[in-house]
Amino acid sequence: MDFNLTNEHQMVQGMVRDFAQKEIAPIIKEFDRKQEMAPFVLPRMAELGILGICLPVRYGGQGMDYIALGLACEELEAVDSTLRVVMSVHIGLNSLGLFQWATEDQKERFLVPQAKGDKISGFGLTEPGAGSDVAAMRSTAQRDGDDYVINGEKMWISLATKAHHVLWFARTNPEAKDPHDGLSAFLVELDRAGITRGDIHGKLGVRAGSTGWISCQDVRVSHLNRIGEEGEGFKIAMSCLDNGRYTVAAGATGLIRACLDESIKYAKERPAFGRQISKLQLIQQKIAHMVQSYDAARLLYLQAGWMKNQGMRNSRQTSLAKWFATDASFEAASQAIQIHGAYGYSDEYNVERYLRNSKGAVIYEGTSEIHQLVQAGYALGYRQDAPLRNELPPYNEQTWREN
Amino acid sequence: MNIVVCIKQVPDSAAKVAVQDGQVTWGEAPLVMNPWDEYAVETALTVQEDHGGDVTVVSIGKEGVEEALKIGLAMGSNNAILISDPALEAADSQAVARVLAAVIQKIGDVDIVFFGKQAIDGDMGVTAAQTARVLGWPILSLASSVETSSDGIRVERTVEEGRQVVEGKLPAVVSVVKDIGEPRYPSFMGIRKANRATIPVWTLGDLGIEEPISKVHWPELQNPPVQEIANEIIPGDSPEEIANTLADKILGEKVL
Repeated sequence: MDFNLTNEHQMVQGMVRDFAQKEIAPIIKEFDRKQEMAPFVLPRMAELGILGICLPVRYGGQGMDYIALGLACEELEAVDSTLRVVMSVHIGLNSLGLFQWATEDQKERFLVPQAKGDKISGFGLTEPGAGSDVAAMRSTAQRDGDDYVINGEKMWISLATKAHHVLWFARTNPEAKDPHDGLSAFLVELDRAGITRGDIHGKLGVRAGSTGWISCQDVRVSHLNRIGEEGEGFKIAMSCLDNGRYTVAAGATGLIRACLDESIKYAKERPAFGRQISKLQLIQQKIAHMVQSYDAARLLYLQAGWMKNQGMRNSRQTSLAKWFATDASFEAASQAIQIHGAYGYSDEYNVERYLRNSKGAVIYEGTSEIHQLVQAGYALGYRQDAPLRNELPPYNEQTWREN
Repeated sequence: MNIVVCIKQVPDSAAKVAVQDGQVTWGEAPLVMNPWDEYAVETALTVQEDHGGDVTVVSIGKEGVEEALKIGLAMGSNNAILISDPALEAADSQAVARVLAAVIQKIGDVDIVFFGKQAIDGDMGVTAAQTARVLGWPILSLASSVETSSDGIRVERTVEEGRQVVEGKLPAVVSVVKDIGEPRYPSFMGIRKANRATIPVWTLGDLGIEEPISKVHWPELQNPPVQEIANEIIPGDSPEEIANTLADKILGEKVL
């Protein structure tokens, strides 16, 4: 067993860290306050190749592995969650879904421009009335000749106003005995007639990002935009979530690290009772818990990343990594504020932003409650992973790097 | 344009450097490419973009120095060469300059050699000039911008009194400062290439030179003396009153 990162991984980590620390950290507070995404973020991430990091070169990506994706997410969220959210939806939930399920023709048309960062992509599963209960979705896609006509509304969609493509889930068969089997997936270009969208303001966190709604009214898409077969929508959504959750887990790990780093720095600066507060045992206890959370979260996401590289099914391990890391990041951020005292309660320091940002990930991509049901289900034998028609391809250095 | 960039591996600038038992230590901190040298690599790559040719990064040190050279490759340099020889372990800057000059001559047909203005560990800032001296080439130091043509080079130097424009003939040695432009990050393609690359290791024997004799030695190293710092909060009813009290105190302590 080798726990070392390769040189290549370390260089990827260093490069993404430099980008986030040098270019985003100095301006993030301003955009968080304005509740806007800094306009240069997406073009810059595209230019640097970050938006296609773990996709094969022949599909416009950078040829790195799934661990590199996780490391990048950790570095990005150590500066701000909104950067990692981009990775979660654009790569985890959408592009890797296309990589797993799309036809060659669809990969050429949709995945290549996405991996190059020319097109930004999002994921349209959640609806105003359907979150954890996916099968309750009301969005429909009705076949009409060679087209489908899509109607419905998606809510809490990351990059809603920034994306060019969205992976849209809709009901194609209202008669299906199990409502899960009546869903299908479509790659919808967001410049089509009948689409309206907007951002939601007044969120607790991820304020320097775009989160919004997308509405489809009689939107026509070709059957060639359907990803997978009719009725495979739920399976596709779940495998997309296996990838999205991985990026969330890795990102939350970065958030714990950021809380730890800021807490250590502040605890060594701040005196109370005649010494630095870092010398006080109850402060040390909080630091120790953050160290424990960081190491455990990191091992869990790297395990999931390694399994992805091997082509092993990792739904359980990814769910565990996501549940643990996001809960732990919320707790770490809360304790980081406690260490900072009243200063931590103001936006003079970063830790209040970390707390606000951390809460979202405890809710999206499977609430912590859903993940507990998933884990219990596996442990009790109530839940098994059925083989999928298309599995996420295992990482292969050679084929990933061929033109 | 055939370009060489001389780089050094140093402890990370965030490292806590201290003297322990007469030796310099930096704890667990990683070794990185000297930050000034990143600007030199950036300048070389920009000149290459305009004029074509090859960029070769060169460094002296032990095997681990390959990591710094790989960053140079990942940023976009074409080649890297490591000079490694036990005889060079305590080399001073003029000994290093002799070795670098021999490397540049062995590479052959080099038009420009770039250096960062200094290394953040030794902080001597003389290796570029010494290398130019050994080569018999002009040195254009502390350049904040560089323009090249087929046979000449023109640099701008930022000096205390203002700006100087200096022209020279090629081949030349140039050391650069920060104003030259932010160094690019390694690209993913560069990272892949760098990690596949086998970096040639040259010894003094390969260069065909004798062990250069160092003339500067470091007989003793000391930590800076620990300073007693006392903070004092100056009370007052208005900013003006506080400022006046502060000014009186500073004058009283003869700081100004």
